[in-house]
Amino acid sequence: MSVFAIQRQTYEAFTGGELGFDAVLGARGSQLQLVLNTVFHLETSPGNIPWGMYQAMKADRRVEIALPYATGDNYMGFRIVGTTDEIFTKFHYRAGKTFEVDEGGRIFDASRREAVIGSFAAQETGLKPGDTINPYHGLAYSENSKHNEEYTVVGILKPTNSPSDRVIFIPIEGIFRMGGHVLRGTGETYHAQAGVKIPDDAKEVSAVMLKFKNPKTGFDMDMLINKQGKVATLAYPIGRVMSELFDKLGWINRVLELVAYLVVVVASAAILASIYNTINERRREFAILRALGARRVTVFSAILLEAASIAMLGSVIGFAVYGAILGAAMVVVKAQTGVVLDIWSLHPALYLTPLCMTIVGTLAGVLPAYKAYSTDVATNLTPAS
Amino acid sequence: MAVLEVNELKKSFVSPDGERTVIVDVPRFAVDDAQQIALQGSSGSGKTTFLNLIAGILKPDSGDISLAGQSLSKLSEAGRDRVRAQSIGYVFQTFNLLQGYTALENVLLGMMFGRGADVTYAKALLERVGLKDRMNYRPRQLSVGQQQRVAVARALANHPKLVLADEPTGNLDFHHATEALKLIREVCREQNAALLLVTHDREILTQFDHVKSLAEINNAAQPQIAQITQI
Repeated sequence: MSVFAIQRQTYEAFTGGELGFDAVLGARGSQLQLVLNTVFHLETSPGNIPWGMYQAMKADRRVEIALPYATGDNYMGFRIVGTTDEIFTKFHYRAGKTFEVDEGGRIFDASRREAVIGSFAAQETGLKPGDTINPYHGLAYSENSKHNEEYTVVGILKPTNSPSDRVIFIPIEGIFRMGGHVLRGTGETYHAQAGVKIPDDAKEVSAVMLKFKNPKTGFDMDMLINKQGKVATLAYPIGRVMSELFDKLGWINRVLELVAYLVVVVASAAILASIYNTINERRREFAILRALGARRVTVFSAILLEAASIAMLGSVIGFAVYGAILGAAMVVVKAQTGVVLDIWSLHPALYLTPLCMTIVGTLAGVLPAYKAYSTDVATNLTPAS
Repeated sequence: MAVLEVNELKKSFVSPDGERTVIVDVPRFAVDDAQQIALQGSSGSGKTTFLNLIAGILKPDSGDISLAGQSLSKLSEAGRDRVRAQSIGYVFQTFNLLQGYTALENVLLGMMFGRGADVTYAKALLERVGLKDRMNYRPRQLSVGQQQRVAVARALANHPKLVLADEPTGNLDFHHATEALKLIREVCREQNAALLLVTHDREILTQFDHVKSLAEINNAAQPQIAQITQI
């Protein structure tokens, strides 16, 4: 049950869940890498695109929301995303839901070194408003790669049960100006200097997160950027990109399914063997029951019922194990990705597995039941010497 | 009025070497209502086979057994099972209690195939046989004598018309055998059930008014059977 349920839950959570964005525009390369990096904050960035692309998208009337993302830094392993304050005001991570800051906090001021922390990241790091952090270069935490810039935590986001819970948001200007960062928007290396405005041409971003007013726009842009263009990649629709990942991993699922079926067969064989082996020892018991007036069919039914009960009891225990496994899977997946699995979601395996197990278990009892049915009363009433 | 009538009853078995041996050949035998009869027979004389035929556990080759006016030979195996459950109580030499169940559960189990479980009556029976404080004990926790009392209570659980007792004192010492026999006879009398007891113990036989020898009623030879195979 766990195999089937986790399979489906992860598939639905990563491909069908509400993400708030329709598409991701990024450097030419893998769409999957782009989505994993920007939506699920899992992979490295495939590269940067010029700031002008973000501006073009923002100016496009067909685009409802265009948010620049600059990634590449972390704090204690939690990814830092440089973006605009529209992430808090315009972006809906779920229908009708915008990010909310815990009481006593606020969103960052785009002109200052301020940070807003996702709920899970705050919980794990213990950060609270007023604390200061120094970002670390790269996506993995390393003490040697500490940036000198100090950011003040001004707000903690309320839990969203989305990948954003693991993210630390800072103004995108902060990423541009972070010590050691270089900008190559023009193709030339540009180092930002304190007090000097960065030319738009020099700026670059890891990705532009997009929400369209009409799905048709996505197909049009897919044609324009992916099929005709050569400089950028548009990951659209995000669900389709993720489902391709699951298709690639399909063989693993099939192996797990095979193991699950094998477990059912072995369990049934175990029921058959355990009952069958005790039938000889219980022949006298059956003979006594028959001598007391039990019919053959009663004895037969009793053994079948015993087999079915063992299978049902196994299913009940299985439900407990299922709950524990799915609960653990939910915790692990949430901790690693921020995606929340719905362990209470009804899956056909939840009722089909116990049903099939009971049927197969009962069938496994037929042979022992027939042996009990055939027990000769007169010869088995006296104890074996 | 006879509660049990046996007419022209025959039963044979085939031995492992293929020889057919007649074990039971009883032209006529009867037990009246509430009558208590002791049937004497030596080992291998066919007394257990005779009781199993009366109980409907074995099917005769020919002849008829009538129990309370009902002919067993005309009944299917399921029908004989029903009659056995409702009208016959069986006390075995080896008690044949189910080891996984308590004394009370053993008696209730006997009821389940007959008139249905009646906890109050089951408890009353166990109290009657002196096991008021042992109802929740399993057979292994009881003495041999106590186990036999549970078997007696179970045999009477369905208000049987006839109680069959196959060497019921065979596993008991003289003192306990005397007590057990007294108890069986008393309880059968109280329940108005007839008793057919088979034994080879002469001490037991002396306590019965009606004693018959199996050799008298069974025309079959008395072979020393090491092993027989049912047809």
